Amino acid sequence: MSELSELYQQVILDHNKKPRNFRKIESPTHTAEGHNPLCGDQLTIYLDLVNDEVKDVSFEGSGCAISKASASMMTQAVKGKSKQQVEDLFKGFHLMVTDDSETPEELGNLRIFEGVREFPVRVKCATLPWHTLHAAINKEELVSTE
Amino acid sequence: MSERIVTAVDTVVSPPVEGPWNVERIRADFPVLHQKVNGKPLVYLDNGASSQVPQVVIDRGSVYIEQEHSNIHRGVHYLSQRATTAYEGAREKVKRFINARESRECIFVRGATEGINLVMHGYGRKFIDAGDEIIISAMEHHANIVPWQMLCEEKGARLRVIPMNDAGELLIDEYEGLLNERTKLVGVTHVSNALGTINPIKEMIAQAHKYGVPVLIDGAQSAPHMPVDVQDLDCDFYVFSGHKMYAPTGSGIIYGKAELLERMNPFQGGGDMIRTVTFEKTTYADLPNKLEAGTPAIASQIGLGAAIDYLNSIGRQEAAAYEAELLRYATERVSAIEGVRIIGTAKHKASVLSFVIDDIHPHDIGTILDQEGIAVRAGHHCAQPVMQRFNVPATARASFAFYNTKEEIDVLAQTIEKVIEIFS
Ligand SMILES: Cc1ncc(COP(=O)(O)O)c(C=O)c1O
Repeated sequence: MSELSELYQQVILDHNKKPRNFRKIESPTHTAEGHNPLCGDQLTIYLDLVNDEVKDVSFEGSGCAISKASASMMTQAVKGKSKQQVEDLFKGFHLMVTDDSETPEELGNLRIFEGVREFPVRVKCATLPWHTLHAAINKEELVSTE
Repeated sequence: MSERIVTAVDTVVSPPVEGPWNVERIRADFPVLHQKVNGKPLVYLDNGASSQVPQVVIDRGSVYIEQEHSNIHRGVHYLSQRATTAYEGAREKVKRFINARESRECIFVRGATEGINLVMHGYGRKFIDAGDEIIISAMEHHANIVPWQMLCEEKGARLRVIPMNDAGELLIDEYEGLLNERTKLVGVTHVSNALGTINPIKEMIAQAHKYGVPVLIDGAQSAPHMPVDVQDLDCDFYVFSGHKMYAPTGSGIIYGKAELLERMNPFQGGGDMIRTVTFEKTTYADLPNKLEAGTPAIASQIGLGAAIDYLNSIGRQEAAAYEAELLRYATERVSAIEGVRIIGTAKHKASVLSFVIDDIHPHDIGTILDQEGIAVRAGHHCAQPVMQRFNVPATARASFAFYNTKEEIDVLAQTIEKVIEIFS
């Protein structure tokens, strides 16, 4: 597990450089803006939720490598999932970066962010996209992680 | 470790340094510097946020706690007298440090923020009204923006802002254009914490005085790095924080000209600031007590006095010259790295090197530097309008003190190169 505790791994650097689903959805069913005043990270999540299933999801904004990679990988992880599955992933992800316990397999390649727990000041960077997605699903329009 | 002697009543610091700046000897005075972070020697380059505390200052605080701990101005007993003597002795040192006319012009506060709020409440709320104008600059710390905004909102006054150029220099012509008969106060920083710019405050103060306008100088970043003479500057208020000048947190000073402080309302009400209290009416104590309600951070303020002794002993002029050389060297090294852009390139600068790297967020820079034991600040430096002006979300900032070395700057430059490599 030791390499997982490294923060800036190739996968993260790659998603930072070439973020996936980095675009706007023209008429999303849900959208929310996230802001981390500490770093100046700022992003918008666009979501197309049809029959409680994520048909499409994307994001735009600017931020540090951790928040950008986290947003990018999040969009990949939640596409096609049900609302309930997304909420479960959100809980699992949050627990993984804030808690020392064993990380559940279900998080799949999101487990790459496990190392963030070693960097308390960066936890908010990793969770900002998830909080924002959560807010979008629950129709809150603005979140802030300070 | 250099020789030091501590007595209960005063601080005796190491004998003056002779010859060229002996940074190893200076470093020996600062215990915190001699540790490893993430397995690497600590390279402390966040002095603009808080600087480190020399052993003599730590010792002086300990002497108070171990031998003198008691309240001031309140006891006829021995310990209280000793504590009062030490506390008032620190005020004397501050007076000499900034060359105030009288020690009662030096009010102890928790730091620059509290000092500015004291002036906002005591002076601003009493003398500034609807339609009046307050001038600040585009490079202020939030501490010198938000209190004035709050006052403007409360009173219906107007906040006006001196703009700056792309180097981070204030546009003095524009400033002169902003001054008018509605101006009631000018608040400007001596040295910008985000850019390092040294502002031409003496000239700016003289301009304001032509309109009879008092000027508050935010000295949080100047007091630690250059000799300051409030009489020569002719500023009306000057504020600084002890924790940025080698003293503990919780110490700081607002200097004000006596006639202004006398006309002001008290900031907080409570013990020590009164002459008489009945349920019908309270009369206030004389300066400085009128503006120092409640029990202050006695150990910290005594520590500030000891830090001033320390600064005098090493030579303020010499320390400033050495820091200027560090800044010159760091600017040369860091700006030579491809992809790095320095934010704040004023002609006159002190101690601060703010930079950004193409496509790498400052927080990522800060985290990687920290992995190598290097402490810098990454963020907006409590100066969001400065970030907006330069169109960056944040910067990484290395800020220097006289105990930093060129070798540390080499480590910084090498690690910045490594950051770029990781992200390439
Ligand atoms: C220029 C300037 N003004 C004001 C402050 C506020 O100082 P403090 O937080 O000690 O009150 C700072 C500290 O960051 C500063 O750099």
